[in-house]
Amino acid sequence: MIGTINWRAAEAIFAKEMARFFRTVWQSLASPVLSTVLYFVVFGAAIGGRIQSVEGVAYGAFIVPGLMMLTVLQQSVSNASFGIYFPKFSGTIYEYLVAPTGWIEVTLGFVGAAATKAILIALVILLTSFWFNGVHIAHPFWMLAFLVLTATAFSLLGFIIGLWAKNFEQLQIVPMMVITPLVFLGGAFYSAAMLPAFWQGVAKMNPVLYLISGFRWAFFGFADVPVGLSLVAVMLMILACLAATRWIFLTGWRLRE
Amino acid sequence: MSPPIIQIEHLVKRYDSGTAALDDVSLEIREGEILALLGPNGAGKTTLISIICGLVRPSGGAVRVGGHDIQRDWRAARRMIGLVPQEIALDPFETVLSCVRFSRGLYGEPPDDPYLEQLLRSLALWDKRDARTRELSGGMKRRVLIAKALAHRPRVLFLDEPTAGVDVALRREMWLVVRDLRAQGVTIILTTHYLEEAEEMADRIGVINHGRLLLVQPKSELMGEFGKKHLTITLQEPLAELAPELSDRLVLAADGLSLGYDYDTRAERTGIAQLLAALNAQGIAVRDISTKESSLEDIFLSLVEGGQEGRA
Repeated sequence: MIGTINWRAAEAIFAKEMARFFRTVWQSLASPVLSTVLYFVVFGAAIGGRIQSVEGVAYGAFIVPGLMMLTVLQQSVSNASFGIYFPKFSGTIYEYLVAPTGWIEVTLGFVGAAATKAILIALVILLTSFWFNGVHIAHPFWMLAFLVLTATAFSLLGFIIGLWAKNFEQLQIVPMMVITPLVFLGGAFYSAAMLPAFWQGVAKMNPVLYLISGFRWAFFGFADVPVGLSLVAVMLMILACLAATRWIFLTGWRLRE
Repeated sequence: MSPPIIQIEHLVKRYDSGTAALDDVSLEIREGEILALLGPNGAGKTTLISIICGLVRPSGGAVRVGGHDIQRDWRAARRMIGLVPQEIALDPFETVLSCVRFSRGLYGEPPDDPYLEQLLRSLALWDKRDARTRELSGGMKRRVLIAKALAHRPRVLFLDEPTAGVDVALRREMWLVVRDLRAQGVTIILTTHYLEEAEEMADRIGVINHGRLLLVQPKSELMGEFGKKHLTITLQEPLAELAPELSDRLVLAADGLSLGYDYDTRAERTGIAQLLAALNAQGIAVRDISTKESSLEDIFLSLVEGGQEGRA
């Protein structure tokens, strides 16, 4: 199967999507970085001044993994969904469908580019955070691994949203109504341990909690849920999204007549 | 005769609603020819092209391109095909050159800028290579679509209504482009509403209606087989009316200065000699005689309205 993959097509799609990112690089980077700086100022400096520390970590540093995850999730979903929706909107999707490219190449190109963009922005945010807080990364390898896996998982989710969407309203409704609330309720700005017992149980039904928890563990060495569970959660999400993407391409749902 | 590069066997497309967009279409397209598919709106032309190119799934039948089944061996089949869609669909923010490079990459071909330069020059687009596609005129956008479709050097090019909505000058320019491509050995299948276009360019013409292929024939044979001629006889003096023995064959113009006569070129006797003799016998002086062949449009209308079937 690997031998039949049209790698050049995947590379062409990836390069085209990255070129779109670099055409508007300041806009692509400035907006999320500015938002994050505001979060640092409001939550880290203003509110953080009243919260001494969480599990021994200064509150300003504690929110860094959550803010990175918030950005990664939002950017992954929006980049991937827009990336595949735009050819559908402009009519150029025909080119992908008549070329000798299968679902693997198209997914690799679009999802790979969306995840790369999200990771680049997250790393810029991490650099920005050093200016505000002295952040120490306990497990750099796992930090990168969680970053890549989460960006991939949510880029795949965004890709599915872009394939499903029939208009711009649908394209924005899932990120706005589902992803953002899940991130805010997933412990971006607090530890689940800070919640009352009942709400801790509710929080554990939120898949994003597992991602933020694993990522935070890579930074500080403590987590709301076992790290292995976080890893399993993100891997399961990737597998489920891949299965859905494959089904969409093989059946032609919302793609072919 | 060239071997078929495309073989279509009993192709059927039925939508969930039960509508048959294609009904048992069989057709062979020879390498290096220009085949024009004619048909009214909704006849099934675009559906046929879309199935061969992989945009629409067939409900039944088989299609092979260069011997490769479009469903089982779709990668090899699609590598041989280029498609110029009916609608202009381009990324408005991309430059012409990057657009064409991208198309080549999608087909798994390594970069080949000298070829792309040659291609863009042949389509008079080289000077616009760094222009964004949104800055181009409609005609240039159409040529960019052709360049994209040719970027991977396909052996078969599908042109779906290539000159729909473009002005006469541009249409003729497109015809030149198509002829150049044929000269390079590319097999071309085009759908068109313009009968003049098919008449001007095609080697063979297929007529499709209600999802059925009514016929496929060499243009010259079709014109000859279905061709009727119209004879116009200009008179020296105006006639008030025709004698009864002539009025069943001739039509007198309103000004009384000319007579019209339709005849079949395939008939053993056209009847012209007897007609002229009869006019002479009645003392009607003839100033001039001219003939006009019936156009493809007349033939097309007679086929579609007459519902000829099963001649493919």
